[in-house]
Amino acid sequence: MKPRPFDYVRPDTAEEAVALLADYGDDARVLAGGQSLVPMLNLRIVEAEALIDISRIAALDAIRDVGDRIEIGAAVTQNTLLAWPQLAKKLPLVAAALPHVGHFQTRNKGTVCGSIAHADPSSELPLALALLGGEVVLKSQRGTRVLAAKDFQKDMLTTARAGDELIAAVHFPVTSGSGVGFREVARRHGDFAIIAVAAVAEKKNAVRLGVGGMAGKPVVRQIRSDNAADAIAAWAGELEGYEDLHASAAMRRDLFRNLAPLVIEEAIRCAA
Amino acid sequence: MRRVNRNERVRIALTLNGRKLAAEAEPRTLLCDFLRHALGATGTHVGCEHGVCGACTVLVDGVATRSCLTLAVQAEGREVKTVESLAALDGTLNPLQQAFRDNHALQCGFCTPGILMSFTDYLSRNPRASEAEIRDVLSGHLCRCTGYAGIVAAVKDVTKSSP
Amino acid sequence: MTDQLGKPVRRKEDPALLSGRGRYADDLPIPVGTLHAHVIRSPHAHADMVGIDAREALAHDGVWAVITGEDVRKLSDPFLAAVKAPVQQWTLAVERVRYVGEPVALVVAESRYLAEDAAELVAIEYQPRDAVLDPIEACKSSAPLLHPQAGTNEISVRDFRYGDPDGAFARADRRIAMTVPFPRLSFTPIECYVVVAQHNAAENSYDVLANFQGPFSMHPVMARALRVPGPKLRLRIPPDSGGSFGIKLSIFPYIVLIALAAKITGRPVKWTEDRIEHLVAASSGPNRVTEIEAAVGKDGRVLGLKLDQLEDYGAFLRAPMPGPLYRMHGAVTGAYDISHVEVKNRVVLTNKMPASLIRGFGGPQLYLALERLMDRIAVELQLEPLEVIRRNLIPAQKFPYRTAAGALYDSGDYARAVDIAIGDGRLADLKKRREAARAQGRHYGIGFAAVVEPAMSNMGYLSTLMTAQAREKAGPKNGAVSMARVTIDPLGAVTVTADVTVQGQSHETVLAQIVAQELGLSPDEVEVVLELDTARDQWSIAAGTYSSRFASGTAVAAHMAAVAMRDKLKSIAAKQLNVLSDDVELAGGKIRSRSNPDNALPFGRVAGTSHWSPVMLPESMAPALSETAVWTPPELEPPSSDDRINTSLTYGFIFDMCSLEIDPVTYQVRVDRYVSMHDAGRILNPMIAEGQIRGAFAQGVAAALYEEFTYNEEGAFLNGTFADYLVPTVGEIPDVEILHHHSPSPFTPLGAKGLAEGNCMSTPACIANAIADALGAQDIILPATPRRIHEFMQAARQNGGPRT
Repeated sequence: MKPRPFDYVRPDTAEEAVALLADYGDDARVLAGGQSLVPMLNLRIVEAEALIDISRIAALDAIRDVGDRIEIGAAVTQNTLLAWPQLAKKLPLVAAALPHVGHFQTRNKGTVCGSIAHADPSSELPLALALLGGEVVLKSQRGTRVLAAKDFQKDMLTTARAGDELIAAVHFPVTSGSGVGFREVARRHGDFAIIAVAAVAEKKNAVRLGVGGMAGKPVVRQIRSDNAADAIAAWAGELEGYEDLHASAAMRRDLFRNLAPLVIEEAIRCAA
Repeated sequence: MRRVNRNERVRIALTLNGRKLAAEAEPRTLLCDFLRHALGATGTHVGCEHGVCGACTVLVDGVATRSCLTLAVQAEGREVKTVESLAALDGTLNPLQQAFRDNHALQCGFCTPGILMSFTDYLSRNPRASEAEIRDVLSGHLCRCTGYAGIVAAVKDVTKSSP
Repeated sequence: MTDQLGKPVRRKEDPALLSGRGRYADDLPIPVGTLHAHVIRSPHAHADMVGIDAREALAHDGVWAVITGEDVRKLSDPFLAAVKAPVQQWTLAVERVRYVGEPVALVVAESRYLAEDAAELVAIEYQPRDAVLDPIEACKSSAPLLHPQAGTNEISVRDFRYGDPDGAFARADRRIAMTVPFPRLSFTPIECYVVVAQHNAAENSYDVLANFQGPFSMHPVMARALRVPGPKLRLRIPPDSGGSFGIKLSIFPYIVLIALAAKITGRPVKWTEDRIEHLVAASSGPNRVTEIEAAVGKDGRVLGLKLDQLEDYGAFLRAPMPGPLYRMHGAVTGAYDISHVEVKNRVVLTNKMPASLIRGFGGPQLYLALERLMDRIAVELQLEPLEVIRRNLIPAQKFPYRTAAGALYDSGDYARAVDIAIGDGRLADLKKRREAARAQGRHYGIGFAAVVEPAMSNMGYLSTLMTAQAREKAGPKNGAVSMARVTIDPLGAVTVTADVTVQGQSHETVLAQIVAQELGLSPDEVEVVLELDTARDQWSIAAGTYSSRFASGTAVAAHMAAVAMRDKLKSIAAKQLNVLSDDVELAGGKIRSRSNPDNALPFGRVAGTSHWSPVMLPESMAPALSETAVWTPPELEPPSSDDRINTSLTYGFIFDMCSLEIDPVTYQVRVDRYVSMHDAGRILNPMIAEGQIRGAFAQGVAAALYEEFTYNEEGAFLNGTFADYLVPTVGEIPDVEILHHHSPSPFTPLGAKGLAEGNCMSTPACIANAIADALGAQDIILPATPRRIHEFMQAARQNGGPRT
C-alpha cells in the first residue's frame, strides 16, 4: 500500500501555486492536509503527476472576519477553525458540524477547504456551506472567480473547479442570532455520515433545511416551520437516496424523516 | 519553493525527539516509513496506511498527526516527536505512560504509541479533559485487545492529577 | 512464602511497550541485502488463469523476480490437510483462482514501493467462472464446483448419535426448531503479517522470522510443503507481536511463499502484509448455518437435541481445519444436562477467503444457535427465559460431569454463579429499565446466555472427524503437551522460557509470578524470554498461544519446573545450612531454615552453587542449572470407538445478561447494561484476567453489532478498508460489569482455567437474545446492523407485526 511516484512541489506563495497549476493542470493534485488525498494515493486509486503542497503558504492560513462573512483560507485546518474564538457566535452551524468531521487527529491536519474540495456527498462542511449559501473562491492565472456553493459542488466527488484553479478560500455567511440544528447518523463515532441533516431558523416561521447523503451533493430547501411535518414528508418522498454497504435508499429516507423534525426543533429552540 | 522530482532521492532533515537528523527519501516516502526504516525510530507503528487505525500517530510541531498520511518531505524542517521521547533517559515512565501501566491500558501494545502521542497533544491543550472529551479523542484510534476501558481510566487518572 | 499468585501484579511487558522499545517483527534488523515482496492477488472470485506476462515488470528497475504458481508447483508440495479430499492448495494459485484476494504472483524487488510499481505491470489474463458464495447453494448438485476432482463442494459429512435422541424426541411434549446463521468476521490484529526468510543453498535450509502464533503442528505442514525435514526449517518468533486472536496462524502459507522467494532469488526476502491484503485475504472465522432442534417437556426441560451444522470454510480447507466444528464437539450441549444428542457436521467450500482460527473458535457459532434456541423455547412455552436456562443447567453435584458427547467438565456450580449474577438487584434493575422503557413505547429487551468455555484443546479432537475405523488405521492422537524451562545463571539470576508465543496476553508477567512464588523471589527478579526459536527452544506440536492453553497448560509446566528447581535448591541449601531439607524454605530472596530463620543464605549464593561448585552438591544430584518440565494431562484421551471425545482439559462457565434499546431514530442498538459472570477457577492475576475478559467482550460486541465480511453475489469483497470493515472504537463498546465465582479445576495443579475466549462465545448470543426480546422477533441476523434492524422494522410495519 505505497503511493505511485509523483513530483513534490512546495510553493511559498499562492501565486507560485497557481503558476504550478497552470503548468500541470489536471495532472497535479493540491496537497493541503492530505487526510482524504493521501489515503487515495496509498491505495493507488488516484493518479497524480505532481503534488502541490500549499500547507506552508502563510497567506492561505488565515481566518478573516469580513463583516457579513467569514473567509477561511485554504491552509486553515479544521481544528484551527474549531479553536477560533468567534466560531460559536458567528458560525454556530459550523461550530455544531465541525466536531463530526473525522477525528481530533485528522482535524489537526485536514483543512476546511480540503473537505469542500473533496465533495463527499454526506460530508458535514459541504452541507454547512450549501445550507448557509456560502461561496468558494477559485484562483488561477486566468483570474479569480467566486462560485456559490450550489454551483461549486456538482455531484459525488465532483466540483466545478477547473484543473488550473486553486481553491484559495471559502466564505461562510455570518449567521449570528439565527438558531441552528445539526445531526448525523454514522456507524461509528467519527465515521462518514450515512446522512447528515442541518437546519437554520431564519425569520419567523422560515427554516432552511439541508441534507447530505441523500444525493450526489447536499440538497437544501426552505420550508415553513408551521408546516414542517408535511414539508418533510413531501420532500422525503422526492429524495432518491442511494444504497451502499451501510444503508439502503429506503433507510436513508427514513433516517431523514426521523432526523429532520429533531433538527428543526433544535434550530427553533436555539433561535428562541 | 521546494521541488523534488519523482524517483529523486533527497536528504530530508528534521528534528526527531530533540535531535537533528537527516536521511534520504523520495517524494512519495511516507513519514511512517521514513521514521521507522530510515531513522530507526521503530516505536511508531503502522496499522492501516489509510488513516483510520491511528497506530502511526506522531507529533509534528506538537500536533498529533497520522504519519501514514504525511509524506516525509512534508515534515522537512519540522520538529517530530514519537513515543521514544516520552520516558526519561533512565527509563522512568512519564505520568501518562505510568497511568497506562497502572490501569492495564495495553495488552499487545501495538496501538499504544499512537494513543500516547494523541493524548500528549490533546492533554497539553486541555489538561483537565472530561471523560466525554477523552472518549472523543480516543475514537481516533483502534485497539483490538483492551476494549478501551483501561485506556479511558488511564487518561482520566492523568487529568485528575493535573493542577 | 511470598504470595504472588492471585495478585494484580503490574505487567513486566509494559515499560518497553510504552516507550517504543517493543521488538515486533517489522522492527527487527534484517539481513544485509534483503529484498522486499508484494503479493499480486486475484480480482476474481472464480476464474481460470489463462496466462501471466511478467516481462515488463521484470524489466523494471530494481525488480528481481516475479514468482508464479508454476514456480511454486515445481519447487514445493501442496499443503497437508486434515480432511482426506482431493483438494490441493499451494501457496500461490495454480491454474485457477477461487476467491478474491487469492495470491497469484509474488513480485520481489529492492523496495516495497518498487515491488508495488512492478506489480502494476504484470499482465494476468483470467477466464471468469461462475462463483458460489452461499453455503447452502454450494451443497446443491447444480453448484459450480471449486475443486472438480473432489466431485462436490461438501467435502466432509459426519453423523454422531449419543444416547437415544429418537426416543427423546418421540417422548417430548414439544419439538422446537430454529435455523441460525453465524456471519463471517475476523478480529483483525492491528499489526499485520510479517515474514523475513533466508535460504541457505549449501544446506538447503530455511531460516524464517515470522509473527506466527502457533499451533506448531503447522511446522511439519510447512516443512513438508518446502520439501525439507523439520530441522531444515528454522522458525523464529519475535519477542513481541501486535495482537493475533487466532488470525496469525494463517500466516503459514506466506511463510512457505517467502521462503521459496528467498530460494529463487538467492537473497533474503521480507514481506509485510498491508491492511488491504489483511482484510481481503488473511483469515476469517468460518460462517455457519445451524439447524437446531430441541425435544422439550412442558416445563422447558430439554430432553434431546439435534444439530445440523453446515460450516463454510471458503475456498480451501487448511490445516488445522475444520477445527471450529470439532473443538466444541464434546461441549456441544453447552452448560446443559442433556443426554440424548444427534449431531451432523458438514464442511462446505465456497468462493471466499479460507477460514481458520479465530478467538472463540467454534464457540460463537455453537452458542448463538444453542442460546437462541433456549430463548425460543421460553417464548414458545411462555416461560421466563432465565427459568428455561436454570431448569437445564448441569447440577453442581454432578461434577466432574461427563457430557453426552464425551467432554469431562472438571468443576463448577452453574446455578450458584447465575444466582450471584442476578442477585444484588441486578436482574430486578434490568426488568425495571425494560418496564419503564416499554411504558413509553420504546423497543427495549433483555437477553441471557449461559456458556461453557473450554480451554487447552485435546490434540486428538480433530480426529473425531474420521470414523473410528479410520482413526484406528491412522494411529491415536490425543493429549496436549506443555513445556517450560527455568534456568539459573552463575549469580543466581532466574530466567524462564516457555512454549507460548507473545501476542499481548501478559504471559511474561504471569510466568514470573508463578516461578517467583516457588523460588521466594519477587516477579521483578525473574526474567522471562518468550521469543521462540524452533532450532533451540522447547516446543511440541501443541506449542503456541491458542485455545486458551496458557492457564491450563503452560502455566502448569512452568509451575512444575519451578517446583523441581525449588526442591533441588532446598537440598543444596540443606547441606549448606546444616538442616534437613524439609526445614528449608525460600522466601524474600533468601533460602533459610524454617525453624531458625536467622540461619539463612542469599538465594543467589545457593542458586549459583551448581555453576561454581558442583562437587559440593548433595550426592547423586544433577546440577541445578536448568529444569525443563513437560506436562500432558491424562484426561485428554483419544476419541472413543463410539466417537466420544474430551475435547479440552478445563471448562469454565459464563453467564451473561444484558438489556438494550433499539433507537427508533437511528436503528442502532444501544446496550444499556451488561453483566458478565465468569467461573474460570483460580485467577492467577485479576488485573490481567479482567483485561482479557474486557477484550473478548469488545470483540463479542463487534461480532454482534458491527463486524462482518461481506461479499456480493459475484464474490466481490466489500470490506476492503477500515472505513468499510467496522472495528468498533471506544464509542461503540458499552461498559461491562464483571463478576467472578471460583471453582478451581481439579485437573490442573494451579486450578486455573482459560477465560480469554468466553465473551466471544457468550456476548453475541446474549445481545441477539435481547434484540429478539426488544423487537418481538424470532430470526435475528448478526451483526444486527442499523440496516438489518431497519429492514426488520419496515417489514413489521408493513405486516402490522407486534410491538414495532
